[in-house]
Amino acid sequence: MKLTLRIWRQNGPSDKGAMVEYKVDDVSPDMSFLEMLDVLNERLILDGEEPVAFDHDCREGICGMCSLVINGAPHGPERATTTCQLHMRKFKDGDTIDIEPWRARPFPVIKDLVVDRTAFDKIIQAGGYISAPTGAAPDAHAMPVPKPDADRAFEAAECIGCGACVAACPNGSGMLFTAAKVMHLGLMPQGQPERYDRVVDMVETHDDLGFGGCTNTGECTVACPKGISLDTIGMLNRDYLRATAGGAKK
Amino acid sequence: MGMSETLYETGEPIADAKAPGGPIEDRWTTRKFEARLVNPANKRKRTVIIVGTGLAGGSAGATLAELGYNVIQFCFQDSPRRAHSIAAQGGINAAKNYRGDGDSVHRLFYDTVKGGDFRSRESNVHRLAEISNEIIDQCVAQGVPFAREYGGLLDNRSFGGTQVSRTFYARGQTGQQLLLGAYQALLRQVDAGRIELHARHEMLDLVIADGRARGVVVRDLVSGEIKTYTADAVVLATGGYGNVFFLSTNAKGSNVTASWRAHRKGALFANPCYTQIHPTCIPVSGDHQSKLTLMSESLRNDGRVWVPETAGDSRAPGDIPEDERDYYLERIYPSFGNLVPRDIASRAAKNVCDEGRGVGPGGLGVYLDFADAIERMGRPAVEAKYGNLFEMYERITGENPYEVPMRIYPAVHYTMGGLWVDYDLQATIPGLFVAGEANFSDHGANRLGASALMQGLADGYFVLPNTVGDYLAGAPFGEVPAEAVAEAESGVRAQIDRLLSIDGDRTVDSFHRELGHIMWEYCGMERTDEGLRKALDLIPALREEFWRRVKVPGDGEGLNQALEKAGRVADFFELAELMCVDALHRRESCGGHFRAESRTEDGEALRDDDEFGYVAAWEWAGPEALPVLHKEALEFEYVKPSQRSYK
Repeated sequence: MKLTLRIWRQNGPSDKGAMVEYKVDDVSPDMSFLEMLDVLNERLILDGEEPVAFDHDCREGICGMCSLVINGAPHGPERATTTCQLHMRKFKDGDTIDIEPWRARPFPVIKDLVVDRTAFDKIIQAGGYISAPTGAAPDAHAMPVPKPDADRAFEAAECIGCGACVAACPNGSGMLFTAAKVMHLGLMPQGQPERYDRVVDMVETHDDLGFGGCTNTGECTVACPKGISLDTIGMLNRDYLRATAGGAKK
Repeated sequence: MGMSETLYETGEPIADAKAPGGPIEDRWTTRKFEARLVNPANKRKRTVIIVGTGLAGGSAGATLAELGYNVIQFCFQDSPRRAHSIAAQGGINAAKNYRGDGDSVHRLFYDTVKGGDFRSRESNVHRLAEISNEIIDQCVAQGVPFAREYGGLLDNRSFGGTQVSRTFYARGQTGQQLLLGAYQALLRQVDAGRIELHARHEMLDLVIADGRARGVVVRDLVSGEIKTYTADAVVLATGGYGNVFFLSTNAKGSNVTASWRAHRKGALFANPCYTQIHPTCIPVSGDHQSKLTLMSESLRNDGRVWVPETAGDSRAPGDIPEDERDYYLERIYPSFGNLVPRDIASRAAKNVCDEGRGVGPGGLGVYLDFADAIERMGRPAVEAKYGNLFEMYERITGENPYEVPMRIYPAVHYTMGGLWVDYDLQATIPGLFVAGEANFSDHGANRLGASALMQGLADGYFVLPNTVGDYLAGAPFGEVPAEAVAEAESGVRAQIDRLLSIDGDRTVDSFHRELGHIMWEYCGMERTDEGLRKALDLIPALREEFWRRVKVPGDGEGLNQALEKAGRVADFFELAELMCVDALHRRESCGGHFRAESRTEDGEALRDDDEFGYVAAWEWAGPEALPVLHKEALEFEYVKPSQRSYK
C-alpha cells in the first residue's frame, strides 16, 4: 500500500506546531498502525530528520499508553480498538491519513503526538482507591460479593486510562474516566465506607484540573477502546447528588 | 574445564544466602521476628528509592510509605499504571484450598520447586507459597474485582497443568486488575505526601557510597536533565530482559538497563540464560514486526495442535485430510497431549517447523484447531469460553479462527534470571534490594503459569517491608560524598554524548533486530555448544559495529526516544554476551534452558544435578575482562529431585 500521512509535528510545549505531509510506500496490510509509523521513523532517521515522537508500550491494547487521533477519531476508525491494535488492512491503498495528538486543555502536548496525562493520576490520587493498608486484610471469603456486582465492577475497572474519552468529548470532559473508577469501587462492598467522599473528591479534582463538564453527548463511550458504558456516569451523578444534597458535603 | 580459561573465571562460591535454619515452615516467621524494627520517629527520617511501578515496585512503594518511610519512586512510562505487569492475562496462584481439592501451602511449594526443574531455593519458594494466601486477602480488601461464583465467593481455575484449582483471576486481565490495585494504593500514599513520584524518568546508574547503594542517577525523559537522588536504600523492581531478543511479548519499553548498570557497579547477575518461551503466540507476519502477542494458554484446553504430515505441504488446512495431519503433541505425549508444559510444547513446535512442516508465512507456525471443539461443544459454547481471544486473533491476523485454524508459534515471554539476591532480596551490594521479575529468586529454571504475579506481589507487599526495615535499622549511613554523585553522573553524561556523536548510518532498531535474531537463533529454544560459540563471535562484532555506525538523531535536551532506545540496546549487547556464556557453561538441560547435547534417549531435557545443581551468579569484571562465576549450591531437603515426564 502507498499512503499519504499528515502528521502533527510540534517540537515542544511552547512550539506552535503544524501538520506535515509524508509519503510512505511499501506498507503491508499486516502491519499495525504503530509499525507503519516505525517504518516512517526509520526512514526519517536515516534521512537525517527527527523521527515522530509518539507514546506506546505494550502494543497489545492494555497498558493505555498509545493514543493518536486518526482521521479525527481517537484510536482511529475501528470500534473498541486501541491504536496499537489497529491494523493497516483497515485502510485502502492511496489513502490520506491525518494523525494528531489528543487535544484537551488538561493534556498539554509534550512533543509531536506525545501528551502529558498526569491529570488522570491526580484524579485517582484524590480518592480513586480503597484505604486498605497492607497486612490488615480479613480472609478473602469473609465478604462475599454478588456475582452481578462483581461483574459490573470488573467491566468498569477495565478502563485503561488512555484518555480517548477526553479527546473525543467536545467539552474535554474526563467524566467517563472518573466515573469508571467511581463505579468500580462503589459497587464493591469494600468500597462503601469511602464511597461518597470518593465521588466528591474525585469530581472536584477533575474540575480543578481544567477538564470540561459532562453534557451527555456520549462521544466518550463511542471512542472508548474498552467500551466503558455511560451507565458509569449515571451512577457517578447519583452518588454525587446524594453526597452533596442538603449540604452533606462541600 | 578448558572452557573456563577462555570464557570466564571462577571465583569464590557463595557460602550463605542468609535463610534462617530450622523446619522450612518456620523460616519466614523466624526471619520476620529476627528483623530489627525501626521506631516511627526514625522511619520519618529514612528514605527509600524505588525504581519501577509494576506489581513488585508498586506494592513495595505503597507498603513502605504506609509504614512511615519516605519513598521516592520512578518509572519510565508516563504513569505508574502502565508498567508491563498490566499485560499479564491468566491469573495468580494461591494455596487457599477454597475448592477443598487437596491444595495446601506445601503442595504449592512442591509444585513450584518441581516446576522450576530443581534450580530454585527451597526456602524462598516456601515463603512464596505461604505468602500467596495473604496476597489474595490484600487484593480483595483493595477492591480487586476477581471472578466470582453465583454464591458471591471467589472463583478458581486450574492453570498451567496443575492438578488443583488454585488460580484466582479477573477474566483475561488479572495483571491489569492487580496492578491497578497496587497503583491506587501507591497514589493514596502520593496524596498523603509519603511518596514523591517521578514518571517519565529513567534510571541510568546506581550511586554507591562507602560500599552501600545510596542513590540513583536518572534522566528526566521530558527535559533531558540528568539528576541524582539519594536515599538510605534502593529497590530495583524493573522487570525482565526478554527484549534482548527484540521480538518478545514484553512491552516495547521493557529493558534491562537499571539492572545492568547495577551489575556493572558490582551486583551479581544470576542465571541469565533461563528464558521462558511461551508456546501460544501469534506468529511473525513480516519484517516490520515490532512485538509478539501472547494468546492465553487456556486455548490449549480445547484446541488441537497439528501440522501436515509431510514437509512442504502447502495446501490450505481444510484441504488436508485427517490422515495426512500430525497431531504431534497427542502422538508424542499421549497422557498430557496438548496440555504439556510450556517449554515442551514450544520445543515440539520448533522441531516440526525445523522439519519443514511449519505452516503460514516462512513456515514458522503450527495450527491450533478448534474444529473438533466447535463440533463437540457447539459454536456458542466455544464463543463464550474464548470469544475475546478469537476476536483479538482476528484483529491482528485478519483470519477468522472459527473457520480456519489459528496459527501459533512460540515467543519469548519471561526471564527467570536476574540480579542475584539473598533471602532478604538484597543484592550483593548492601542496601540494594531487587524485587519481582528483576531478581532471580523463586522460579528456578522455569516459571509456572500464574506464578509471576504471585511473586511480584509477595516481594513488594510482604517481603521487602520486613527486610528493608531490618536494613534501615542500621541507618544512618552518613552523607553521600559529592564525588560519588559526580562520578556516576559524569559516566551517564559521557555515554549519552558518545551515542549522540557517532552519527553513523544505521538505526538503533536495525541493530536491536539483528542482535535479537542472533539470540533467537543461537540462545533461544534449543542451544548447542557450536551455536553459542558462534553467537559469542557475532555479538561482540555487532556491538563494535553499533558503537561505530549507530545513528541517534537529535540531542540530549528534551524528549528523544531514539536516544532512550540506544542506551537500552547498548546494555542488551552486554547482557546478550553474558547470557550466551551462561548458556554455554551450563552443559545440561533444565527448564527453559535446553542444551541439545543433554537429552534423554527420548529426546527430553536431561538435568545434571551433580555437576550443575547450583545458581550461577556472575560478576562483572570490566568491559574487556572475563566475567567471574560464583556458584551458590542448591540443596533439596524437602522435595527430592526427579526427572520430569509427561509421556
